[in-house]
Amino acid sequence: MFKYLKQLTSLVAMVAVLFTFTTETMAAKKSKTLKNTQKKGFVRCGVSQGLPGFSNADAAGNWTGVDVDVCRAVAAAVLGDANKVKFTPLSAKERFTALTSNEIDILSRNTTWTLSRDADIGLTFVGVNFYDGQGFMVRKNSGYSSVNDFKNGISACTNLGTTTELNMRDFFNSKGISYEPVTFEKADEVVAAYDAGRCDTYTTDKSGLAAQRIKLSSPDDHIVLPETISKEPLGPVVRQGDSVWEDIVRWSLNTMIEAEEYGVTSANADSMKTSDNPAVKRLVGAEGELGAALGLDNDWSLRIIKQVGNYGESYKRNIADTGILPDRGPNELWTKGGILYVPPAR
Amino acid sequence: MENRGITFGYGFLSQESSFDVQFSLIEFDGSHSYFRAYLVGLLNTILVSVIGIIFATVIGVVVGIARLSNNYLINRTAAVYVEFFRNIPLLLQIFFWYFAALRALPLPQDTEPMFGVFFLTIKGFFVPAFVWNNLDIFIYSIIAAIISIIFIKIYARKKQENEGIQTPVLSISIGLLIILPLLSFLFGGVDASVEVPVIKQLSQSGFTYEGGIKLPPELISLALALSLYTATFIAECVRAGVQGVSKGQKEAAASIGLTPNQVLKLVVMPQALRIIIPPTTNQYLNLTKNSSLAAAIAYPDLVLVFAGTALMQTGRAIEIVSITMLTYLSLSISISIFMNWYNKKIAIKEK
Repeated sequence: MFKYLKQLTSLVAMVAVLFTFTTETMAAKKSKTLKNTQKKGFVRCGVSQGLPGFSNADAAGNWTGVDVDVCRAVAAAVLGDANKVKFTPLSAKERFTALTSNEIDILSRNTTWTLSRDADIGLTFVGVNFYDGQGFMVRKNSGYSSVNDFKNGISACTNLGTTTELNMRDFFNSKGISYEPVTFEKADEVVAAYDAGRCDTYTTDKSGLAAQRIKLSSPDDHIVLPETISKEPLGPVVRQGDSVWEDIVRWSLNTMIEAEEYGVTSANADSMKTSDNPAVKRLVGAEGELGAALGLDNDWSLRIIKQVGNYGESYKRNIADTGILPDRGPNELWTKGGILYVPPAR
Repeated sequence: MENRGITFGYGFLSQESSFDVQFSLIEFDGSHSYFRAYLVGLLNTILVSVIGIIFATVIGVVVGIARLSNNYLINRTAAVYVEFFRNIPLLLQIFFWYFAALRALPLPQDTEPMFGVFFLTIKGFFVPAFVWNNLDIFIYSIIAAIISIIFIKIYARKKQENEGIQTPVLSISIGLLIILPLLSFLFGGVDASVEVPVIKQLSQSGFTYEGGIKLPPELISLALALSLYTATFIAECVRAGVQGVSKGQKEAAASIGLTPNQVLKLVVMPQALRIIIPPTTNQYLNLTKNSSLAAAIAYPDLVLVFAGTALMQTGRAIEIVSITMLTYLSLSISISIFMNWYNKKIAIKEK
């Protein structure tokens, strides 16, 4: 009996040793995606085909937006240069296939985090960079002031292949209203059709409505109704199966949000190295060995803050200053009445 | 695929689809399965293809013959039409017709009704619907008329072969097609009332129509673009076919005393058709496949409903794309089989 017990203990010990050994090598070993990215010299990022404030290209082909900044942050962390990103514009329909078939390494394209997407089709959501909800835009002269004014036979324009299509059905069904869904593959065609009068209402995420409104022929003739009919947490997505890469993207985003919380900006990041607050010092790489856990150097977070800025700077530059959604609403820090709350970087 | 965490299987087809489709030939809403969504898309694809093929053929034949006209104005107009429409990419034409239609069509409240009951608006073409009583008897009467027409045709041919006397089959056929259904109204208890679309106010500035049948502008502009585009190719096939019949045939026919109409019907067209059918089959196939561009303008065809929304909601890219490819393949093969059968039927029968 005693003999067996001894054998059993040694077995357990061996398994434990083996386990620590493998976990150690796992952490030390770089992820495949990270290795490929460093070899290529750029981050492959999937974005929208043009949504002002989130991911939009100017005439010179420079991409800007809060979704774009997530990819830039990863590039700054991994490659040391926020400009080393190759952007691939994708339609709602193409986006997940592009990611799972290895065309891109991060999908940062105002994508709603849902259970079925997260669990079923080979994707992993790493966090939320914008809390949104679906709303309705209508013509001012329609006299609609609330979704409760909608009547049977209303036609609604929206994008194909989005959670919007499902929410819309749930909403109209629960109200018992019959409606006509008119779905287009590209956002520009939705806007054109709504603008021409094909539809009585245009429904999508409220941030999208605010952004697309400026594309209408006379934006002032349209209003967004106050109701929000769904939760739309939008965030970056990576492929399932590379947990190191997943962590890198997650903590690149978290770093931006935490930097805002501690008041670290692109302008003052260097001087924060001598801060008295250990959390701030960790954030700018002056204390701790946080980079090593991700297979990166220790300045990774400092580079993100210096080159891309914190979340507040990104929001102000892309969404507030462009007049899309000046009010941050739920996308304010938890310390200031919003719901932006990230786990501590330590 | 396992490495990437993707599972494979067709089980999703029986799941609840939970999305709606704006226009469908069979009853459909989100509580139906993905398989039914597939059927909705397939039927819509077939619908627009059939409409497109019919109109493309009619326009193509008219334009093709017009190009052969001796009238300078007519043949030049036809030539300009052909060169213009066949040289612009189809997707651009679809966009043009759709957005041009949306810009040009009036809002529901500004529409002047056509004949008092048709309303062409930006939200669709609203036409009256028939509400039937005893519809089955009416359909039987039409079937009976068609069967008797087939018998009369066989009889007329025999009579001509034996006695050389021609029977006016066409006028008898039309007469039968009118009289028999009419009898079903008078004695069969068939009854149809018309439901005219009625304008309905949605908001202070928004209106729509209720009742009747609604043809969405997406269907109309897609069918228009497809048929105008394909008609140019069919017109060229028709022209080639007619020109392929040697002049001597016409002259010989005229010399035995056939009227110009008879020359066209009995001598030229049967020979021309042999040249026209095979390339026209290609055009029918093209039109069917081109209908997949519908996704660009929100017409809910197979690509938009199934390879679009359903693919997105389930994430089953491989399964759905494979089903869609197989479906188009089967559609195309069915059209070819039919056209090959027809081609064989009209081919020269060596005796």
